[in-house]
Amino acid sequence: MQDPTRNEAERVARLSYGKLVAILAVRSRDIAAAEDALGEALLRAISEWGRSGVPANPEAWLVQVARRIDADRWRRTVSAARGSEQWLLLEDERMSGSAFDLQDDRLRLMLACAHPAIDPEMHTPLMLQVVLGIDARRIASAFLVAPSTMGQRLSRAKARIAGAGLRFELPDRSVLADRIDAVLAAIYTVYTLGWDLAFVDADRSADLVEEAIWLVRLISDLAPDHPDAFALLALVLFAEARRGARRAPGNGAFIPLDEQDPARWNHTMLAEAESALRHAGRLGAIGRFGYEAAIQAVHVARRSTGTTDWLAIEHLYRGLLSVSPTIGAHIGHAAALAEIGDVGSALERLESLPIERTAMHQPYWVARAHLLNLNGNRNAAREALSKAIGLTEDPAIRQFLLERRDRLVTD
Amino acid sequence: MQFMILNYVKPHNFADRLAENDPDGPAWGAYTKALLEAGVMVGGAALSSAHTATTVRVTNGRRELHDGPYAETKEQLGGFYLIDVPDLDTALAWAARNPAASSGAVEVRPLMQT
Repeated sequence: MQDPTRNEAERVARLSYGKLVAILAVRSRDIAAAEDALGEALLRAISEWGRSGVPANPEAWLVQVARRIDADRWRRTVSAARGSEQWLLLEDERMSGSAFDLQDDRLRLMLACAHPAIDPEMHTPLMLQVVLGIDARRIASAFLVAPSTMGQRLSRAKARIAGAGLRFELPDRSVLADRIDAVLAAIYTVYTLGWDLAFVDADRSADLVEEAIWLVRLISDLAPDHPDAFALLALVLFAEARRGARRAPGNGAFIPLDEQDPARWNHTMLAEAESALRHAGRLGAIGRFGYEAAIQAVHVARRSTGTTDWLAIEHLYRGLLSVSPTIGAHIGHAAALAEIGDVGSALERLESLPIERTAMHQPYWVARAHLLNLNGNRNAAREALSKAIGLTEDPAIRQFLLERRDRLVTD
Repeated sequence: MQFMILNYVKPHNFADRLAENDPDGPAWGAYTKALLEAGVMVGGAALSSAHTATTVRVTNGRRELHDGPYAETKEQLGGFYLIDVPDLDTALAWAARNPAASSGAVEVRPLMQT
């Protein structure tokens, strides 16, 4: 039998976990303690709400109870000056009532997670766990690190926040400017996590995508003059609008971008993405997300023009390479060069990439196979495709590549 | 560091079945080739179906044999790779590319250091 009280407590925990931790940790700066207190408050909620009903504002109830638990703990365990100072802060907070500024607290916690004293590699995992309540196991999966290792790294980073007393500054402009990139990168990761789950766990995926879009909207509100925030908003919306069209309706087979049916794209979302990108462009210098979003914009323009302007895409990839010369950008650029008829120099560029970066990189081998095939070199194309297949994780994409390899032989 | 990658596959994905009946059939060759070309492969083999297994125990000095695998689970050990890579993260990256990772499960175990 389902227990409605437990369900309500679980629902609040699921939807508001990160927000509540943020609120609790803002003053105490101790994330682990905030999580403990919230966990205990949730347990109390299950028994107390069962007796007296679910309160009108469950979140405020949880925050108050968790604060009391936290304050009691300090009173019991901490002596000396530092403890009493902390206790006063908590008391002060408790007395200030239940009104809290959700958005600022949440963002403040994200900015604290991006503090320069914390290992940059842990910025995103920390934000994912602390602010979004994603469990260490799932974060470990996203970063392909053993779950126990990720758990330890997260604990260490949290201890560092508490131990070093890193401040949860108000997001004033200077801090925001220094750390917004880390926050945007984390939001982008949340989005890609959701994207990867799309065909595995649709509900969880929708939650994460919604969360990412919500966060990027929030940060673009708070940094209205930051072009990257709007560019990321555009990028995320462009990708999201094409989600359904990536898989065939019946068998779930993978469909690459250039074979997708534009009628299956979400046109409302595309229009919003385009307007966010225009806004980003008006704000100033275009960065990594801006170029990536602009490349998407050219691709989806096919829905009205019927063709893909590869000349524009090639140009944009050159721009992307100037600000962010990643291996992916080089591969995209080579593919665009081939599309505008310059297969020779496209292949040359691919071959000039450092082998230690390409040897294990699946998209490199897919692109290389495509270019070799365009060049009439079937056997080498087949070899490259085999290599790509051996490096593929997603079974739908593996199947797609296997079929492509079969076609190469029978042609 | 050496790691054992154990491929747990669905009963119909076994190597002694006809390749065209194994949905992962063509993917195994590509995966093995990728391991070889990366220079990390130490060894490995594919196993016949789990129903061909015989399990042996000696209890109080008496032999006990039964037909079939040690544990009757949904997925069965279908083969293994032995790889030599710098660390666990790299081993996990290879495990994720293993065709069994999406159709069954893959277990990664470090070899004991001697």
